[in-house]
Order: sequence, then C-alpha cells, then structure tokens
Amino acid sequence: MVTGTSLAVPGAWARRPSAAVCTAVAASLTALLANVPLVYIFVRAVEAGVERYADLVFSAQTWWLTSRSLLLVLGVLGLALPVAVTLAWLVTRTDLPGRRVLAVVAALPLVFPSYVAALAWVSVWGPRGLAQKALAPLGVELLPAWAYGYPGAWLVLSLFTYPYAYLLVVAALRSVDPAAEEAARSLGKKRWVVFFTTVLPQLKAAIFSGSLLIALYTLSDFGAVSIVRFNTFTLSIYNAYQGLFDRSTAASLATVLVAVTIVLIATEGWLSSRLRPWRRKPTRPPRRVRLGRWKPLALTGVFALLTVNLVTPLVVIVFWAARALALGNPVGAAAEAAVRSLGVAGVTAVVAVLLSLPVSIWSVRGGSRLAGLAQRASYSGYALPGLVIALALVFFATRLTPALYQTATLLVFAYVVRFLPEAISATTASLRALAPGFEEAARSLGNGSWAVLRTVTLPLIRPGLLAGGGLVFLTTMKELPATLILRPTGFDTLSVRVWTAASEGIYSQAALPSLILVLVAAVPVFFLIVRPVLMERS
Amino acid sequence: MSSPGRNFGILLLLVVLAAAGCGPETADNEAVSERALIVYSGRSEALVGPLLEAFERESAVRTEVRYGGTSELAATILEEAENSPADLFLSQDAAALGALSGAGRLMVLDRALLERVPHRYRSNRDDWVGLSGRARTVVYEPSRISEADLPESLEAVGSPAYRGRFGVAPTNGSFQAHMAVYRVLHGADALERLLAAIAANEPQTYPKNSAIVEGVIAGEIDLGLVNHYYLWRAKREDPSVTARNYFMTGPGASFVNAAGVGVLSDRPAARELVTYLLSETAQRYFTEETYEYALAGSVPQSVDLPPLGEVGSPDLDFAEVSAALEETLRAIDRSGLIR
Repeated sequence: MVTGTSLAVPGAWARRPSAAVCTAVAASLTALLANVPLVYIFVRAVEAGVERYADLVFSAQTWWLTSRSLLLVLGVLGLALPVAVTLAWLVTRTDLPGRRVLAVVAALPLVFPSYVAALAWVSVWGPRGLAQKALAPLGVELLPAWAYGYPGAWLVLSLFTYPYAYLLVVAALRSVDPAAEEAARSLGKKRWVVFFTTVLPQLKAAIFSGSLLIALYTLSDFGAVSIVRFNTFTLSIYNAYQGLFDRSTAASLATVLVAVTIVLIATEGWLSSRLRPWRRKPTRPPRRVRLGRWKPLALTGVFALLTVNLVTPLVVIVFWAARALALGNPVGAAAEAAVRSLGVAGVTAVVAVLLSLPVSIWSVRGGSRLAGLAQRASYSGYALPGLVIALALVFFATRLTPALYQTATLLVFAYVVRFLPEAISATTASLRALAPGFEEAARSLGNGSWAVLRTVTLPLIRPGLLAGGGLVFLTTMKELPATLILRPTGFDTLSVRVWTAASEGIYSQAALPSLILVLVAAVPVFFLIVRPVLMERS
Repeated sequence: MSSPGRNFGILLLLVVLAAAGCGPETADNEAVSERALIVYSGRSEALVGPLLEAFERESAVRTEVRYGGTSELAATILEEAENSPADLFLSQDAAALGALSGAGRLMVLDRALLERVPHRYRSNRDDWVGLSGRARTVVYEPSRISEADLPESLEAVGSPAYRGRFGVAPTNGSFQAHMAVYRVLHGADALERLLAAIAANEPQTYPKNSAIVEGVIAGEIDLGLVNHYYLWRAKREDPSVTARNYFMTGPGASFVNAAGVGVLSDRPAARELVTYLLSETAQRYFTEETYEYALAGSVPQSVDLPPLGEVGSPDLDFAEVSAALEETLRAIDRSGLIR
C-alpha cells in the first residue's frame, strides 16, 4: 500500500487548487467511463443504418415485447407491494407472536439470486416436480404447467423481490409519528380507515422507491425468466444475441430497454418529488394493534409465505447438493468457481468504493453544478441491465480495445459500471452525515489535506464505505448475464456453473454452486441489509 | 465553503492502483492462454469435455474451452473478425461452419485428412470437416401422445392438435440448420409460413435440445424437435425414462446434420486436435458416449439406429444450407419465436 507521506509534499498553499482539480478529474473520469456502455450500445445499434434501426425499434414486435415486460412488472408490483406492506405492518405495528424474529426472516429471501430461486421453484412446482411426487399417491400424475410462463415469472419474481420494498416500508413505519394515527382513532375512525387514510400516505415515499427497485429488478432479470421460459425484453435481447448472426438486432432492442428503464426512473422521481414531507422522529413508540382473532390467520399467512420462498428452496438446494455429493459429483469445480466468484466480487467492491470517493467528495464537499452532473452521470449503471452493459462492452472491446476483450479486467469494469451507484449512494450518504467542521478543525490544526482525509474523513465514513462495498460484493456475486457474456474463456464463476447446469436441464449439478452462493450471500445480506434496518431498535 | 482539500491526487493514484489490482490476474490469464489452445465449443461441456481432456492427456496440448451456443459463437467469431482469440471452433451443425467458411474465417485443412469423411459431410473448400452425425427427430412421451398421433411432417407441427404441447429451441444451431434445410427444399415463402404456423401454435421455447428432452421427461411438454442422441444420454442417466424418438417422413422433416470443426489460427496444435477428433478413439467416443453416428472410418453404431444412409434425408448440399442460414435466422426472428 502506498502511504500518504511519500506523496504529501509540503507546500500546502500551492497545492490547494491542484488537489481540487485532481478530485474533479478523477470524478469526471469515473463519470465518463461509467457511460461508455450507454453510449456504445447506441453507436452499435445505429451502425447498421438509421432506417434499419427505426424498423426494428418501431415494429409491432417491439411494442408487444414492451407491453409484455411491463405487464410482468405491474403484476409483480401488484403482488409484491401488498405482501411487503402487510408484512411490514404486522412486524412493526401488531402483537404478532415472534415478530422480532419474523421481521428478520421475512427479508431473507434476498439471499437467493433469481435464477437459483427459479430453479428451486420449477424443481418443486414443475409438472413432475417434487410437489407432484408428494401428491402421486393421491393419483396426481402431472401438475398444471403454471410453474412456467407468465404465472411462474410473476410468482417467482414477486415472492423473491418483495424484501426490497419490505425493508424500506419497515424503516418508514418506524419513523412515522403515531400521533396522527392516534388522533384519527380518537375521532372514532375505524382501524382500517386509519391505515388507508393516515398511515399509508406516509409510506408513499418508501413504497415508490421500493417499487422502482422491484420494477428495475424485474425488467433486467435474466436468470429467472429464462428458467421459467417467459420471454421478456431482457430475455429476447439475449435470444437475439445468441441466435442471430446479425447483432444489430440485439443492440437495437437493448436501446429500447434502456429507454424504458429511464422512463421508469423518471416516473418514480416525478412521483416522489410531489410528496409532502412528513414529520419524522416519532415522539413515542406506537401502540401495538391487537390482532385478536386474526392472529392465527396472520401467523398462518406469514408461515405459508416463508415456507414457499425461504424454507422450500433451501431444503431443495440442500437435498440436491447432498445427493450430488453422495453420487460423487466432484467438489473441485464448484470450489474453484467459488474462489473466482469471491475474487472478482472482492476486486469489484474495492474498485467501486475507491471510485465512489472522488465522485462523492466532489459533489458533497465541492457542491458545484458540474460535480452534481458527474455524480448523476456515474449513476448510469442504475438504468442499464447487466445484459446491456455486457453487449455494449463486447462490441466496444472487440473493435476498440482487443487487448481487454475476454479478460477479467473487462468483466470487473462491467460490474463496476453496473454497481457503482450502490457504492456512491453509501459514500455520499455517509459524507453528508459528516459535518465538515471535523475536517476544518483538523486542517486548522495544521494537517495537510491528505492527512485529514486519512486520519479524519476516511475513518469516520468507514462504516458507510464498508456497507457500500458489501452491497457491491453481494450483487456482483449474484450477477449472471454480464458474467456469462464477458468472462474470460474457462472462467466459470458460481453463477455461470448454476446457469450451465440449469440450461442443460440437469438440476442436481446446479445444487452445489447454488448452495455456496446462497451461504456466501447470506453474510452481507444479514450484516448490511437485515441488521441495520431491522435490529436497530430492538 | 469548505475546500475539497489538497492532495486528492492520491485518489487518482488509488484508482490506478485498483485497476492494477486486477492487472496480475489478467496478465496471468493471458500468459496461460498463450500456451493453451483456445477452443470455442458450440457443443456442451457434458458432451465434448471428456474428449478434450483425453486429448490433453495424450498430446500435452492444453486447451481452454469457451462453451456457448453454436450460432452465438459463430456470431462472436464474425463480430471479433481478425481479433478473435479462438484457434478452433467446434460446431453443433454444419451450416454454421459453412457460414464462417463463406465469410472467409476458416483455414484450409489437409485434404488427405478430410477424405476420411464422406464428401457430403465436409467443406467443398476444404476448410471444415464433419466429426459426427446426428439425425433430427421428434422426442415424445408415449403415455401422453401415441405414435399414431405424431406429426408426419414439419408442416403438421403447426396443427392445432399440438397447441402448447411441443418444444422447440429456436436459438439453437440444430433447429436453425433444420429450418435452413427446409428453406433450401421448399423456398423462402414456405419457410415463413412454416415458422408462422409453429409460432402461432404456442410452442414452449427452450435454449437447447437437451432441455427439450428433459422437458418431455419432466412432463412440461409432450413432444419436441430435437437431435436423436440426447434421449439416449437421458436413458443412460435414468433407465426408467419412457420417452422415445420418432423419425418424421415428410420431405426435409428429418435429415442427418454433421457436428464438425473448423480451424481459425495457424497454430499446429489446432490441426493436431482436428486429427485427434477424426481418430478412431474419438470416433468411438462419439458413438459410444454421445450416441451419434461416426463419420470418419468405420466405427459401428453402439445403439439401435437406422443406418446413416437410410435416415429420410434428401441429397442435401450443405453449402446451399449454409448460404441459406443467415436469411433463415432473420425469418426465425421475424416469426416472433425468439422474442
């Protein structure tokens, strides 16, 4: 590691402007690099001619594809949001038995990458899956095929993505002042009326953000929709990439998908901007609602849900993995893949956090318009599905940087572009929370800027950096489509191994890498997501 | 207003360092791949992995294999142009090899070596060669559909009787070559009509043949268009499998395609691998382990299959099929089967 002293040459006065310039340059460079895929996917799309591009984009198929994908998004939101809000309300506002433990457990389906969830799902609920085998003595020879297609995609994505909204709603419910509800109750309003007229409006911001997360997840999901065979936009782009010699089709479709995600993000921004700010900081803990005779029903519902989306997939994976081990499936390949996954995810996390520093510092401490622009530009990956980033980089690297093509460096670059926003939000939030007074005081005592950064700023924002890095690590581990397309030859990660086995229809071979993936993911999920949100006040 | 502070040039340095952090790993990979033979394989790891391992043991040549779809890898080779790192391309079907040959991407191979394979199953420019033969068949589950009710021809697959009950793999090289054969025999318009009828009949679409066979076994579908040998492999894994193969009789409904190999670089090791793949050991592997037809030499069939010459395949010219491939892919795209 390079130490600061070797570079912190005295002569502070002269160095002041150049330091600012350096931060700005690093931030601008990051912002530019983050936009390489976005720009290049458009370049490649119109390369075959504007006319052909327009033909592809404004075709009936594209509209049909867009509506099919949006129907899935709406369906998923329609199920995931009620589940998320109900669960959040049950664990924060009622006397549900075991609510503290349930609050944590209800968020745990986050440990399953969508393709692992979908694999477990079809191996249980497929026409001749485990559920049929259990029902066979009753004469059930075939279950209906609703594990696949729209119903399958809808259920899998809803039941495994609701935690994104659930966590936000729990946090919101905890910060809502119960005074308004109590006033409404004292005016004689019924409990459910109070919930819909007083509580729910205060949760809007959390519900909007949660909806956006779920919608973007659904739109960019590749693994689950391929396994349940529902052709969404993302899957069609992959099919075009895989099945056609002419790759302008895939590139053109990708630009439409990017446009759709940008519209979704803008819509959420517009809706949220119209919200009135509510009074935060509850004056006292809310009075818990007595569930009374509803208690058994609520408990049954929660347990049924968790049986389907947590216990069953876990049991299935462990069962298949145990069988694979008993049959003598080699462990070596899965172990090697695990090392690769951990390696690239680790490097990505470090790079993303480092790049987030200049971007966040410039925008929080500098505060210029340009700095704000650089920060927003660095969020590019938020709107870009992993598959789109991968396609853009394949095109870019084969033409312009063949030395980087099919290298781990390019793969890490793709991950960084995709997940940089997670690191920037964490770093920015912790910098905002740090009063500049600390740094100014340290400087006034005669410390150089580097020393201040090293001894004051970084140690104080370290928890935020760790959280950001941890999130990037988690999402990188689970990433599938970009990994499939950009990995160096022979570079099988856990996600690639699960995918390969699944696309051959050999589920037992997917079990061991899936199990490792879930176990590794459980660590950051628990410490970075579940614990800070759910266990803060207990 | 607080200044952004001094010496943040260090941040830039950290960024560079971080980038360099992945440097050694990359350099490592590159050093390795300089020695290893880079193989792009449109055939799955389960099918050709053991064979390539055997080659490594015998020849001391190391291979790095990039597994993917046949058309995906062919398109990748076209996109990579002269920057392609691939030394060798193992293709699931002859048409994709023909397309690469047409684009001038393949190197000429030793004539004497190629002549071990019947003329039909190799390039007339001597730049690719078939390794194993596979017949297009219908896989079906007799308990859910009887043999008498199976389609006789590809056109019949569009009949309402099969609505939602059958599987196809529209992004898979074997299906695409099958459609290209149909185009050669019946013309572009007939192909459009066929694809429209298939697409309108709500097929289940799979990424691969093997997944279709698994889908029939798992009860997701009752029948599917596949290559013959996946079923034999599934039966070996699980002897209780009751699914069967059926050879359609309509013109172009079944034919024998060749999985083959083309060479992209002038590294001697690449030719060494081609020689190995045409050797009796490798050909025996194809009949005994993957249940295909051997194309070189005279290795007998290991399972009960109609003889190579008797499968209802007309006298096809694969050069024509290859030439029809790109238009066929466009037609598949237009039909809506893949999106």
